[in-house]
Amino acid sequence: MNLATSSNNPPERYYNYAYLDEQTKRMIRRAILKALAIPGYQAPFGSREMPVPYGWGTGGIQLTAAIIGPDDVYKCIDQGADDTTNAVSIRAFFAKVADVATTEDTGEATIIQTRHRIPEKSLKKGQVLVFQVPQPEPLRFLEPRETETRAMHAYEEYGLQYVSLYENISRYGRIASTASYPVMVEERYLMSPSPIPKFDNPKLDENEAIMLFGAGREKRIYAVPPYTHVRSLDFEDYPFETQTWEESCALCGADDAYLDEVVLDDAGSRMFVCSDTHNCAERRAAGHAGPMAGHQLDQAEEGDAE
Amino acid sequence: MAYVAVKGGERAITNAHKWLAEERRGNPSVTEIETAQVREQLSLAVDRVMGEGSCYDRDLAALAVKQARGDLPEAVFLIRAYRTTLPRFGASEAIDTVEMAVRRRVSAAFKDIPGGQVLGPTFDYTHRLLDFALAADGETAPRAVVAEEAQTYPMPTIGSVFAHEGLLETDEPTEDAPEPFDLTREPMSFPADRDQRLQALARGDEGFLLSLAYSSQRGWGNTHPLCGEIRMGEVAVEFVPDELGFAIEVGEITVTECQMLGGLTGSAEKAPQYTRGYGLVFGHSERKAMSMAIVDRALRDRATEAGQVAPVQDEEFVLYHSDNVEASGFVQHLKLPHYVDFQADLQLIRRLRREYFERQSLKVAAE
Repeated sequence: MNLATSSNNPPERYYNYAYLDEQTKRMIRRAILKALAIPGYQAPFGSREMPVPYGWGTGGIQLTAAIIGPDDVYKCIDQGADDTTNAVSIRAFFAKVADVATTEDTGEATIIQTRHRIPEKSLKKGQVLVFQVPQPEPLRFLEPRETETRAMHAYEEYGLQYVSLYENISRYGRIASTASYPVMVEERYLMSPSPIPKFDNPKLDENEAIMLFGAGREKRIYAVPPYTHVRSLDFEDYPFETQTWEESCALCGADDAYLDEVVLDDAGSRMFVCSDTHNCAERRAAGHAGPMAGHQLDQAEEGDAE
Repeated sequence: MAYVAVKGGERAITNAHKWLAEERRGNPSVTEIETAQVREQLSLAVDRVMGEGSCYDRDLAALAVKQARGDLPEAVFLIRAYRTTLPRFGASEAIDTVEMAVRRRVSAAFKDIPGGQVLGPTFDYTHRLLDFALAADGETAPRAVVAEEAQTYPMPTIGSVFAHEGLLETDEPTEDAPEPFDLTREPMSFPADRDQRLQALARGDEGFLLSLAYSSQRGWGNTHPLCGEIRMGEVAVEFVPDELGFAIEVGEITVTECQMLGGLTGSAEKAPQYTRGYGLVFGHSERKAMSMAIVDRALRDRATEAGQVAPVQDEEFVLYHSDNVEASGFVQHLKLPHYVDFQADLQLIRRLRREYFERQSLKVAAE
C-alpha cells in the first residue's frame, strides 16, 4: 500500500480540512511551538473531544491534524506495525479528512504517528514523529497530584524519581523499568518517553527528526526538538541498558531489532519476529532471511497488506 | 493463528461495523424504533445524554441513544464528539431560574415555602411495582389533572426566604469578575475556582457523583446536607448579539436546579451563616442535581481549611475522574494491543525468576 492516494473526502466535506477547525489548529500549533521552545516541558492545551475514544490516540491525532497538509505522506503504526487495527483506523481517518497520501514506508513518510515504538530505521531531518501518550507525567505514579508534580518540575526536584530507581535495584537487583523509562531532556526536564520499550530510548537522543508528544485526555503537549540531548536515567554503578534477545527475527534474521514473541502452540513453542513490520519486510525484500523464513506468518502479513 | 488474529486490516474493521449495525437493529421483524419515540418516551435517557454530553438538543441526543443501542455513556461520547465541531458564536446570558415555568418544586427545609410545594411528575411515592399493563399494547394516553389555581410566578427561591435575616450566604456576582472559565476550551487547572468546578460537575458522570455524594453522607467528609430546594421546569435562554446590543430570547431549555444547604460557617469577623452547594443540570435529573450540589459543597473544604480527609473533598481526585468520556476511553484502551510493553515485562520477569531460582539452588547447595 505505497503512496495509496485517496480522495474520498470531497471539497464539500462536512468537516474542516483535517477535521479540526482552524482556531483549534492555531491553538495546538502555539502549544507545539511552546513545547519545542522548552524541550521536555509539558505544555497544557485545550484538548478537544475527538471522534475516537480517549486513550486511543486523541493527543497524537490532534497533533497530526494541526500540522498535516495535502503534500504530506502519512504513516501510522501501533506496536511498530502498520496493520494493527487502531493504526489502520487512524490512517484511514487522515486519508479521509486530510486527503493525504499514506504509506508504510518509514523512509518516505513526512509524518509518522506512533504508539509504543520508534521505528528501527533512523529518522531523517524534515520528518516528524508524533507519539500517542497515555500519561505525560513521568512522576505520576510517584506523586498522584498534578499541583505537586508541576512544582517538582519547576524546582527541578527529581530526587523522588532517583529514589524510586534505587528502590528497584535494592529489591530486584536492577532497574526494573522496561517501558516508559524516564529520560532527562537537555539536563533540565524529566520526561516520559511514552510507553515505548526502553530499547527505543537511545533513539530519542540527538535525533534529526522533530518528536512531538500528545496526551489528549491529560491535555498536555511536549516535544523533543531535533538534535536534543536525551539521557535515560541511571547510576554510575548501574548504567542504563536496553533489552537484548538471544534469538534473532525468525523471518528476516535481524539481531538488532525489537522482537515480538509469537506463541505457536500450547506446548510452549515460540517464535520471535520483528515488531517493526515495515523494517522486517524491507529486510526480507533485500534478501535477508531468518530461520523460519517463508513461514505462514510471512504470507499472512503480505496477504493482509493488500 | 493468534498473532494474525490480533492484527487486522481494514476489512476486519468494516465487517465488525456491519455486524454492529445488525446487532443494533435487533430482530428485523420487530418495528424499528424511531428517534422521536426515544425523544418522547425515553426522555430521561435523553436528558442524561444532553447533560453529560454538554449539548442541549433533544433530537440529537435521541439519535445518539438509538445509535448507541441505549448505552448512555456511549451516547454521551457521540454527542461530545459532535459538539466539539460546532462553531461558537458567543455565550448566553445567565439563565434566571426564578423566572422558571416550574413543573416541580420541593423544599425539605420549610413546609410552607413561599410558592408552595409542587410535586410534579416524580417517581417519588410511586410503588416500584412493574406495570404489566405497559407491556400490553393499546395503552390509552394518560392525562394529568389541571390544578385549580395558578402557580406563583415568578417562583421565589429558598434564598429569598432567608434574605432579610442573612442566614444563608448570598450568590451575588463578584464585582469585576473575570470571564468564566471554559472547561471545553481550556485544560483543567488547580486550584479550581467554582466556575471550573461547577462545569466539571455538570458534565460529570451521574453514577460517580452519586457515589461520592453518598460517601459524604456516610461520614467520608460530612457535609450535613439539607435539601433547601429542588426545582425543575423550563427557562428562557437569552443572547445579546453584538449587532443588536440587547438580549433576545433564542430558546427554552428544561433544567433541574438544586440548592443544598451545607454546614455553618462563621468566624470572629463574620456572623454564622448556612453555606450552600449548587447543582444545575439539563433536563430532569434530581439524582444528578442533588449529587452535584453535595459534591460542590464538599469541595469547598480545601486541604488548608478542613484538613482534607475524604475523597469527596479532594478536588484533584473528584474533578480529574468525574468525566465518563475520559474514564471510559482510558479504561477501555486496555483492549488495544500492548504486546511491545508486555514483551518487555515478560523478559524482565523471566530474568528475575531465573535469578531467583539460581539463588535458591545455591542456598540448597550450601545447606
